[in-house]
Amino acid sequence: MAKTVLDFEKPIYELEAKLEEMKNLSDNLDIENEIKKIEDKVKQLKESIYKDLTRWQRVQLARHPDRPYTLDYIYSMTSNFVELHGDRGYKDDKAIVGGFASIDDYKVMIIGHQKGRDTKSNLYRNFGMPNPEGYRKALRLMKLAEKFGKPVITMIDTPGAYPGIEAEERGQAEAIARNLFEMSRLKVPIIVVIIGEGASGGALGIGVGDRILMLENCWYSVISPESCSSILWRSWDYKEQAAEALKLTATDLIEQKIIDRIIPEPMGGAHKDYEQISATLKAALKEELANLIKIKPEKLVEQRLEKFGKMGEFIE
Amino acid sequence: MAWFRRSKENISPDSQKKDLPDGLWEKCPNCSEIIHKKQLEANLWTCIKCNNHFRIGSEEYFNFLLDKNTFKEMDKKMRSNDPLEFEDTKKYSVRIQETIKKLNLYDAVRTGTGKLNGIEVAIGCMDFSFIGGSMGSVVGEKLSRLIDKAYKNNLPLIIISASGGARMMEGAFSLMQMAKTSSRLARLSEAKIPYISILTDPTTGGTTASYAMLGDIHIAEPQALIGFAGPRVIKQTIGKDLPKGFQKSEFLLEQGFIDIISHRKDLKSNIYNILTLMT
Repeated sequence: MAKTVLDFEKPIYELEAKLEEMKNLSDNLDIENEIKKIEDKVKQLKESIYKDLTRWQRVQLARHPDRPYTLDYIYSMTSNFVELHGDRGYKDDKAIVGGFASIDDYKVMIIGHQKGRDTKSNLYRNFGMPNPEGYRKALRLMKLAEKFGKPVITMIDTPGAYPGIEAEERGQAEAIARNLFEMSRLKVPIIVVIIGEGASGGALGIGVGDRILMLENCWYSVISPESCSSILWRSWDYKEQAAEALKLTATDLIEQKIIDRIIPEPMGGAHKDYEQISATLKAALKEELANLIKIKPEKLVEQRLEKFGKMGEFIE
Repeated sequence: MAWFRRSKENISPDSQKKDLPDGLWEKCPNCSEIIHKKQLEANLWTCIKCNNHFRIGSEEYFNFLLDKNTFKEMDKKMRSNDPLEFEDTKKYSVRIQETIKKLNLYDAVRTGTGKLNGIEVAIGCMDFSFIGGSMGSVVGEKLSRLIDKAYKNNLPLIIISASGGARMMEGAFSLMQMAKTSSRLARLSEAKIPYISILTDPTTGGTTASYAMLGDIHIAEPQALIGFAGPRVIKQTIGKDLPKGFQKSEFLLEQGFIDIISHRKDLKSNIYNILTLMT
């Protein structure tokens, strides 16, 4: 697969290419110092570019085709993963995956949106856009976890719930609403992690929990910047402005008290180092699990109600 | 090509438009019938000829659903504080101020308690005229307080929805109102207090994907547009025309998401009947 380079990353890649060239030459020439200089320059450039990313640039990173997806995290963080299929009503939605797994000593139910990497797998996964049966499968698995007293971890990475005729026929809205309703009363801990894109109801449909974690370069909002641009500006060209206006990054959302914790990503994004991001996330999840399993189920549900009850701002 | 030009202003003096006092007559958007406002009001804003249900607001619903002088409004003046300082082609704060002034409403929902044929109920009704009935922090908070009122005082809950979905200008705050209201409804449900959701034209997006679809009983008005994604978005996605009647009340009843389709004139008696049977 061709390497995907985002616009704002181009200067880094150009400099890195130059560096590579010089290294190849260095066998014959004595240019150690030159190489060292360029290496420092690459490092500086990276730091300066990745330190002050705009909101739109973060949206691009969140959608990076090399970014780890739910199953990548499951395979790297857990052992004994048993994938479970189907909503027991209609079919098995491939845009949501889930099953029992162990994270070291913790046995958990882990559920998440799943995108594909190429055209074929994206068609198979419907680009990570679930139909109602996806949400119903997720709910079935959560109820299963509740029955056997296992904490639930959900991973959000979707451009939205699928807007199709069949999705409406089978009650996309009802499926999402039902999940919000049931997740708010689930008597086991729920940890939500936004690992990529968090688009609207399709994301929230598996997003009600006790602790909301978010990877550094993700977005989570009521609408995508593109759709927001097309509705409010009546043109697709204002996505950058829309991203700014929506305040949809992890730093924005922690200020808005909508998420609880930001998970730092490797320099340049999660896709630069799968091992590092998995290890960071795994450690964070273990910390959260250790705290949450001490809380009595009734208390947990009460706190969850209060948590979401506090969200929102208004004048009286 | 001047040969067909009329030499006189009108063909006959009778064709001159009659000068009608402004605002006394309404034209039905469905069948074009001209109806006198008084008659339309007496018919609860439904067409006398084709039964088309006109879009109306909370004031009208409270008036014909509740017994006279029983409505006590809650949180009347709660309004948005523009948490994101949002600006598109216009500042959101300005949009809010202008809408408040124009409509004499503070946001897209009004809530309170009242009596329905003598039964004390907690009732909320959305106003589609207020920024497309969009759900932001105010709608979420007012409805949550209404649900809690129902919970604490053991009152049946009625919510009348008319909404284009979540309010974009409040970003993630709007999205979270779905979780906020749904979690409140879940607690109400555990307390076995009835909740009747009334879906009117249109009810879409985040509103449908939260409280509107979480009733014990779902009643829709005829021919109302009800769905998750709007028809335009679906059409764009699949690149095909949508089937006739798609996402209308009758379609949702057929698919199993609505219990009853009720003419507006029967709404009060339908709610009353259900409540007496459930409680």
